[in-house]
Amino acid sequence: MQDELLNMDCRQLRDGIASGRVKSVAATEAVFKAIEKYEGAIGAYISTFKKQAISKAEEIDKKIASGETVGELAGVPVAVKDIMCTSFGTTTCASKILESFHAPYNATAVEKLAAADAVIVGKTNMDEFAMGSSTENSGLKQTVNPWDKSRVPGGSSGGSAAAVAGRLCYAALGSDTGGSIRQPASFCGVVGLKPTYGRVSRFGLVAFGSSLDQIGPLTRTVGDCALLLNVIAGHDPADSTSIDEKTAPVCDCLGKLDEPIEGLKIAVVPEFNAGAESGVQKVIAKAIDVYKRLGAEVIEVDMPHLDYAIAAYYVIATAEASSNLARYDGVHYGHRTEEPADYIEVYSKSRAEGFGKEVKRRIMLGTYALSSGYYDAYYLKALKVRNLIRGDFAKVFERCDCIMMPVAPTTAFKIGEKIDDPLAMYLSDVYTIAANLAGIPAISVPCGFDEKKLPIGLQILAPAFGEEKLLRTARIYERETDWHKEKPRISN
Amino acid sequence: MMAKRIDEAQVRKVAKLSRLALTEAEVEEFTEQLSAILDYAEKMNELDTENVEPLAHCLPINNVFRDDCIKESLGTEKTLANAPQRDGEFFKVPKILDGSGG
Repeated sequence: MQDELLNMDCRQLRDGIASGRVKSVAATEAVFKAIEKYEGAIGAYISTFKKQAISKAEEIDKKIASGETVGELAGVPVAVKDIMCTSFGTTTCASKILESFHAPYNATAVEKLAAADAVIVGKTNMDEFAMGSSTENSGLKQTVNPWDKSRVPGGSSGGSAAAVAGRLCYAALGSDTGGSIRQPASFCGVVGLKPTYGRVSRFGLVAFGSSLDQIGPLTRTVGDCALLLNVIAGHDPADSTSIDEKTAPVCDCLGKLDEPIEGLKIAVVPEFNAGAESGVQKVIAKAIDVYKRLGAEVIEVDMPHLDYAIAAYYVIATAEASSNLARYDGVHYGHRTEEPADYIEVYSKSRAEGFGKEVKRRIMLGTYALSSGYYDAYYLKALKVRNLIRGDFAKVFERCDCIMMPVAPTTAFKIGEKIDDPLAMYLSDVYTIAANLAGIPAISVPCGFDEKKLPIGLQILAPAFGEEKLLRTARIYERETDWHKEKPRISN
Repeated sequence: MMAKRIDEAQVRKVAKLSRLALTEAEVEEFTEQLSAILDYAEKMNELDTENVEPLAHCLPINNVFRDDCIKESLGTEKTLANAPQRDGEFFKVPKILDGSGG
């Protein structure tokens, strides 16, 4: 019963709950049983809210029993990355500087989950302030990959991906600044979507790189991903960078999900893909063959500026971060050093004690790139390169519906393998970063395993605000294959 | 050996601008690592960007305004709830002036 319940996807569970066949309380208790059993081994959560979750589940069950209408995620246990503000519990960003921070309000995305009657079970681990590609930069705990505990879950939304893969929740929200949803989804064998910049409100999402950050779902199926996007998308007056519905109407991503796409044109970038390890390349080629077999046209394209994405990204993202993270000053909230000699030390020591190495490194890099004498050479140059990268995408989308490529050059790497070499860690983001620079949506879909039985994700990138077609494209593949049904065997 | 892209004196200056009290070991480590990252960033100079506009964000929107009306705010208690130190209705911080007049 436990396994049967936990293996349902969000829509199966929601339909079961809505019809009264399944109780939300039973599903929520099953999740907490799984958490009690496996969380010690996986370490996906920074905090959990058992009492609150069960009482919310009871409330939903009661509503349904009395015939009241309920939301689209009624009774479904979900998790939220600990970078989104919640008015309950703590919002830590996996940082010592915010270890005991209680946010005064909910992020809009969290508010929307609650309004859809989802049951929030906990907040997931991550790289500190979302800076990293392995979740090893968490200042609070370590998360491992449910497929192999000696390996990283990816990052920065590693806790969300591990929790979804490990059946410690039915779906989770993550955030993606340079691949932080898609890469852990790929490493853990789940679906992960970075929506178009502006599609989902960033209000209450603790800022890292404000022109790049976007909230999105991690789920076990493409359909669940569409459902969660439906719930969290939309204009929010509290976020001036969330898109107004006249410019880009919110569409129903679920309604036409199973409709075929006639004459699908897929772009591939052979030269760029050659950088992935051969096991990954093979699996990606096979996945694209599935589309070919179904009649899609595959077009080889040249995107000459993609090669410069990492260089531009690590200047822009760190520059924005250095400015965003200036707010952690030991004055208004967060950690303050014990006995500062003067007010300058309130800042400099509080920050030195509260931030981890990677966060300090990025603040330093960003401050340098913005500092007098270097601004033009680094920051301004990077913004121009960003424009060239966006131009590459615009050109391809003139004649293709989407682009397909790997999510990451490798499968999940060993814990500790890259942690002492920041540049090597940055280079592992090679395939995901460009979508953030160009502001376009991109998804990771499970498409097989390497010889070590580690999951691989197929990345599909689409034009801005093209989520509906993107999800339909992903669904075409999912319908033809069974990769999304594979699950890790977790040992304690 | 090639000169480092950034030296320890510059790292100390950037740490000061960033308000980060770094240890000596961190200064040394960051000098090494930031140099390597900046060397990598030099790659951008392979591209001629003479006639390219900088792109700060990708949204098709500009200047978002809202009606100038009063809305409910957080309130004093919620605002001060996370203060490391408070004094009544104020955030408490160390003295900024040294008391020697001026």
